[in-house]
Amino acid sequence: MSALARHPDSVPPQPVPVVSLRALSKSFGAVQALSGARLDLYAGEAHALVGENGAGKSTLIKILAGLYRPDAGSIELDGEPVRFSDTAAAMAAGIAVIYQEPALFGDLTVAENLFIGRQPKGRFGFIDRAAMNRRAAALFARLGVPMDPDRPAKGLSIADQQLVEIAKAISLDARVLVMDEPTAALSGVEVERLFGVVRALRDGDSGSDADAGGAAVLFISHRFNEVEALCQRVTVMRDGAHVSTDLLADVGVEELVRRMVGRDLGAMFPKQEVEPGEVVLDVEGLTRTGVCRDVGFQVRAGEIVALAGLVGAGRSEVVQAVFGVEDRDAGTVRVGGRELPSGDPRAAIRAGVALVPEDRRQQGLLLDLSVLRNATLPGRGRLSRFGFLIGGAERREAAEWGARLNAKYGRLTDAAGTLSGGNQQKIVLAKWLATNPKVLIVDEPTRGIDVGTKAEVHRLLSALAADGVAVLMVSSELLEVLGMADRVLVMREGRIAGELSRAEATEESVMRLATGQEAAA
Amino acid sequence: MSAVGVKARTGSTALDLVLRFRALGLLVALTALVAVTTAVNPRFLGGQSVRDVLFAAAITVLLACGMTVVVLTRGIDLSVGSVLGLSAYVTASVLAESGMPTGPAMVLGLAVGAACGALNGVIVHFGKVPPLVATLGTLYVLRGVVYFLAGGSRINASDLPRAFLDFGNGRLLGVPYLFAVAVLVLVLVGVYLGRYRSGRDLYALGSNPEAARLAGLPAGRRLMTAYVLSGSLAGLGGVLYAARFGTVDASAGFGMELNVVAAVVVGGVAIFGGSGTVLGAALGALLLTVINNALPVLRIDQFWQQAIIGALILAAIALDRLVSIRAARALRQKGSHVD
Repeated sequence: MSALARHPDSVPPQPVPVVSLRALSKSFGAVQALSGARLDLYAGEAHALVGENGAGKSTLIKILAGLYRPDAGSIELDGEPVRFSDTAAAMAAGIAVIYQEPALFGDLTVAENLFIGRQPKGRFGFIDRAAMNRRAAALFARLGVPMDPDRPAKGLSIADQQLVEIAKAISLDARVLVMDEPTAALSGVEVERLFGVVRALRDGDSGSDADAGGAAVLFISHRFNEVEALCQRVTVMRDGAHVSTDLLADVGVEELVRRMVGRDLGAMFPKQEVEPGEVVLDVEGLTRTGVCRDVGFQVRAGEIVALAGLVGAGRSEVVQAVFGVEDRDAGTVRVGGRELPSGDPRAAIRAGVALVPEDRRQQGLLLDLSVLRNATLPGRGRLSRFGFLIGGAERREAAEWGARLNAKYGRLTDAAGTLSGGNQQKIVLAKWLATNPKVLIVDEPTRGIDVGTKAEVHRLLSALAADGVAVLMVSSELLEVLGMADRVLVMREGRIAGELSRAEATEESVMRLATGQEAAA
Repeated sequence: MSAVGVKARTGSTALDLVLRFRALGLLVALTALVAVTTAVNPRFLGGQSVRDVLFAAAITVLLACGMTVVVLTRGIDLSVGSVLGLSAYVTASVLAESGMPTGPAMVLGLAVGAACGALNGVIVHFGKVPPLVATLGTLYVLRGVVYFLAGGSRINASDLPRAFLDFGNGRLLGVPYLFAVAVLVLVLVGVYLGRYRSGRDLYALGSNPEAARLAGLPAGRRLMTAYVLSGSLAGLGGVLYAARFGTVDASAGFGMELNVVAAVVVGGVAIFGGSGTVLGAALGALLLTVINNALPVLRIDQFWQQAIIGALILAAIALDRLVSIRAARALRQKGSHVD
């Protein structure tokens, strides 16, 4: 992480911005997503855009990308007003966007995903697949990522999908590169490599035929250490409007956070000290061929144990095998002394285990169903008589948990897909907390949610532990791991590489175990 | 992951073969069926019998190519039977009544199909109507138009020019012209889908429409292309139908759309879009036709034919599931880095 801590060189802004967004307004029905937002991007700068979820950042970049048309306001490119009728027009103007949620074509190969619509052509206008695969391989080599360009995109992990999106955006040799939380699923090493490539694009020494002046980079992230590592200027948005734009060196993180939420926040990691009780979750020799091998650990009541490691180290796979959504090939999982059968999540739920999965849109929520149905899904047994759900009991329970977690939704009957990311995550949490779990497994609990909600989730996890719940947390965010965990288990290549107590765990010690460089250090 | 360098393409495994050459499985099934039937009655492989199969398969293969293109985009074209009927009737009637030369009449039949396809495309893309509903609507509307034009009348072979009928029933080196046309179309559409950017866009659209929008692919143009292509091939099918049978009334091509969809599904084109080949679809069409012709030889009651085709569709889908589960497992182990 040392490169992340390095302070970026300051590049003086040039007179005419590459992109200038002026007084943009946009509403969806009754919701005013943007009201007078503005932003100037200069060639050769990396510009951070920060704000809570729902502040309008995503709407802003979707307008820049040609996906939405603004109700009012204008976009200027090199000082000339432009109108993007669709994404193709924005791309043609040199704007490349990496979206928060990867959207790949599962049936096509990785290389085709990179070059769709602009594949290299050979004789008779045929697609030159060999050339396409070579160019894709060169891109991945530049990103330092091992990836077979000729494999189908189906089955890639979220991190790998994100890397494909990044490679795609970089291959456009864009004048403006927009990144909406590109690092959410990436590990520290991958983030560093990405930043290396982005810095090269920004400074115009990418080695390709990019403009000599370098690209303008717009970077959206909830991770301030990344913002500091990459960006020179920072714009804060709140409630769809521009709050401030400063040189990053002139404002502290505390101040930025205060501007984002418009109020002071409690500590980000409100960890309560709890005396651990009995061993609740006991995992021994857990093995799943090709994924993890001989993983063993214990979690006591009142304890928060973090599973750290690089993306692909097998952390999510371990918790999935513990919960039983994946079979295990060997090993035992005991909850409160009783062994759980392999591959049977229903038995795990009965034994008091809850799993809040990594990918809430795919695995955590039924996006088309109502908030109510989502929140009460695992509790259907308790909430029904003779197999019929009791509407009143269902509504009471959903409303109660919604209120306890401070989730913001219109009505209980609204589709879960209409909520913001942070509120979706709260509904997933509500759904599992309603089962009164003894063991709560959370996989990337704060991925892609805003600072305010993050702190609430942390406070909640801490309170649950204080109530005697055993919490097992998978997280790629080191600060979260260090701030929340009583013990840190670091995984590397499917095995547990080491265990660190709260006192021993630092960014360095965790990364050393995660990358396997303890001997070299 | 860190230890692994950039991997070159790994050699083909048996699974890759199944995945990439779904057609092989169909060929095996086809060969087995022909072998069994021939063992019962050696005349099944005789010239006349084979010609019958090729004549019968030609139009289905043609329509299956068009259907594949539409199904790849997550669509479906249920109107092909009606389009075929309309095109067949229009072509035959201008030949019989207005004395239009054969060439222009055939082009007219094709144009009728293209226009119907464009109508489907407009309803689906601009009207945002789900393809199933849109083409179900045009299925009835276009059939109604045929009934309106034809009334109770029919056009007989004796009204049609000799050259036209000769084309429909003629052979080149034993291969019916009709089948040769179908194969030519198959090759052209196959090359388009596999080797051209716009062809790959169709796969992309079906695989993930939202991603296609983000990538700036021209969805409207591509969807129009797909439906116009399907309509045109149905129009061409109508021309060939008229040339082959000579007798055309308002019921020509009635119910044909389901045969075509069945052929496409059996041929391994994913009904939810994004994957499949025209070669597979054509082999599916051929397999269904051979079943049709083999059952009487095997002395199996014709009533069983429907059940067997149904079972084949279910088997094809079961195979898809199995292959995708196996593929997921293989990907997991291939991508693994645990010794």
